[in-house]
Amino acid sequence: MLAYIIRRFLLAVITVWAITVLTFVIIQLPPGDFVSIYINSLQSSGSQVSFGQAEAMRAQYGLDQPMTIQYARWMGMMLQGDFGMALAWNKPVKEIIGDRLVLTMVVSISAIMLTWMIALPVGIYSAVRQYSFGDYAFTFIGFLGIAIPNFMLALILMYVGYKYFNMSIGGLFSPEFENAPWSLAKAGDLGKHLILPAVILGLAGTAQLIRIMRANLLDELRKPYVVTARAKGLAETRVILKYPVRAALNPFASTVGYYFPYVVSGSIIVSLVLGLPTVGPLLLTALVAQDMFLAGTIVLMLGILTVFGTFVSDLILMWIEPRMRMEG
Amino acid sequence: MDNGHAERQQPILSVRNLKTYFFQDEGLVRAVDGANFDLYRGKTLGIVGESGCGKSVTARSVLRIVERSGRIIEGEILLRREDADGQIDLLDLTKLDAESRLMRSIRGKDIGLVFQEPMTSFSAHYTIGNQIAEAVGMHLKLSKEQARQRAIDMLRSVGIPKPERRVDEYPFQLSGGLRQRAMIAMALSCDPSILIADEPTTALDVTTQAQILALLEGLQRERGMAIMLITHNLGVVAEMCDQVVVMYLGRVVEKGPVDQIFHSAKHPYTQALLLSIPSIESEPRVKLPTISGSIPHPYRRPNGCPFHPRCSQAMPGLCDAQVPTLLPVGPDQEASCFLYHQPVEPA
Ligand SMILES: Nc1ncnc2c1ncn2[C@@H]1O[C@H](COP(=O)(O)OP(=O)(O)O)[C@@H](O)[C@H]1O
Ligand code: SF4
Ligand SMILES: [Mg+2]
Repeated sequence: MLAYIIRRFLLAVITVWAITVLTFVIIQLPPGDFVSIYINSLQSSGSQVSFGQAEAMRAQYGLDQPMTIQYARWMGMMLQGDFGMALAWNKPVKEIIGDRLVLTMVVSISAIMLTWMIALPVGIYSAVRQYSFGDYAFTFIGFLGIAIPNFMLALILMYVGYKYFNMSIGGLFSPEFENAPWSLAKAGDLGKHLILPAVILGLAGTAQLIRIMRANLLDELRKPYVVTARAKGLAETRVILKYPVRAALNPFASTVGYYFPYVVSGSIIVSLVLGLPTVGPLLLTALVAQDMFLAGTIVLMLGILTVFGTFVSDLILMWIEPRMRMEG
Repeated sequence: MDNGHAERQQPILSVRNLKTYFFQDEGLVRAVDGANFDLYRGKTLGIVGESGCGKSVTARSVLRIVERSGRIIEGEILLRREDADGQIDLLDLTKLDAESRLMRSIRGKDIGLVFQEPMTSFSAHYTIGNQIAEAVGMHLKLSKEQARQRAIDMLRSVGIPKPERRVDEYPFQLSGGLRQRAMIAMALSCDPSILIADEPTTALDVTTQAQILALLEGLQRERGMAIMLITHNLGVVAEMCDQVVVMYLGRVVEKGPVDQIFHSAKHPYTQALLLSIPSIESEPRVKLPTISGSIPHPYRRPNGCPFHPRCSQAMPGLCDAQVPTLLPVGPDQEASCFLYHQPVEPA
């Protein structure tokens, strides 16, 4: 079991390293670099930049060095916790990303929690009461959830929330807390603002997870060990919850793994619509501006979070699946 | 406890005209369509018949764990049991709510179940000990520690080596034979007066099969429970049973003491079964070579005697028009066939 965990962990480390290389290559892929884009924008606003000035800038940021050197320098900085400068902002990347990364995780984790809290009971109900009115109703709502694009749902819910419930919408904080230091009141304010994004980001995933849970559980309900449990004289609720539900839980563990990148990258538009101070929109601007340190750091952080999420998934799976624990 | 000789002679379980149907969109399945038999303390009743004739549904009906689409629509299942203050009473299980406290206290406590799939009849998510102790703790009101100890004792009594270690293992860590032993340990853990064994050895290799049957016999001698042994294998019946019930398409076509069934079977279906005694290692679900045709589809049950399309002695005009009933054909022996009885006048 320990060997399994160590193997998984080593695999995670290697994956993270691969991600750094990939990230670096992807950032370098588009023609030109930050300086040429910067110069273009200066030129279009009328100023002239000499060749010498441009070269000086390149030297300053190390852009004149060969790729491998640039990568090595970048990695070296990263390892020392220096993520470089966000070129367009002229501020350290750390300063720009810091809170946003935390908030991104908060939003993602809330969405996962919500997904679990809804998908588990509804999935169980739909399987145990297959073809009942409730099962059909949830199926219908589920398909709506999958079919409606997230950003549209965001707009609709924002409108409804604003118009009928007088909710303050958009963003994750009320204006008075926006720049306030962390306090209990600020956390409470965050909690209130979290509901909408969590619902919007979680809905499609919830609908999918309900389908998976329902299908898995229907499979499990047909297995002989369920008959055994019934024949023991256990109450039906206990039979269902202890045995087939436990066996159908695996997909819940794997959601942790794929949710981070999904919530962050797949939801950039939602974040823009809702004005969420997460890293999604920031990544978009950074990529447009070819701000390599900023974009690189964000992509890298997301990669690490994903790998970490997968690692956590594996640990949960191992806890659910004795067979994996024994043989892994 | 000793209520005299007469009490012992009473059947511990009597199934009377049991009918269990499945109501499905595709049609009605009369899985059990009039089953009659009795179980006696310390005796083994064999229930034989080809695959699909309603043996397992009969077993699940007795335990009241038939799937949602199936219902007991007629008949009685009479269980003789001691109630809380030591009185013997006769309880009709068909009258109980399947989920009631009383019915649940009978499942696993008065009646234990062992069935075919030793691979999947335990959950792979909990240890053997957990799954045995769960039933013991509930029915016998034992503490966690006592229940675990009882699980270990049970594993030992079914011949599982190193039970103290096995108790904490998962089912997939045990071989098929050991798993079936553990299953028997679980079914007997609350000392039931009835054990239903539904094809308990079908999935096992020959040697293991013989060992498990010997184990069941030994346990019955020790504990005196009644065994309802469901099998499609007449070799197993010959070895294990006192009485035999032969089923065809949900109905009992013949029953009697094992010797009489083997030496003077009356019903043409039983005779055909005997001619094709499967050797002990034969696969389940093989077609019976000496019986022409195959079992009709469950939705299309023949009129008249259900066996008439395959019966070599069928009498046209009678067998395909009227339904025979189970009537005496000898001492203790009954058969349902017009070769031995005139049709009962339709009312
Ligand atoms: N859950 C169910 N739903 C519908 N039909 C069933 C169900 N279980 C069993 N049956 C039908 O009942 C009949 C008897 O099945 P079963 O008792 O399992 O036969 P066997 O004698 O092989 O144990 C078969 O025709 C089978 O198709
Ligand atoms: S009643 Fe007729 S068809 Fe049925 S078993 Fe007897 S002889 Fe054959
Ligand atoms: Mg069966």
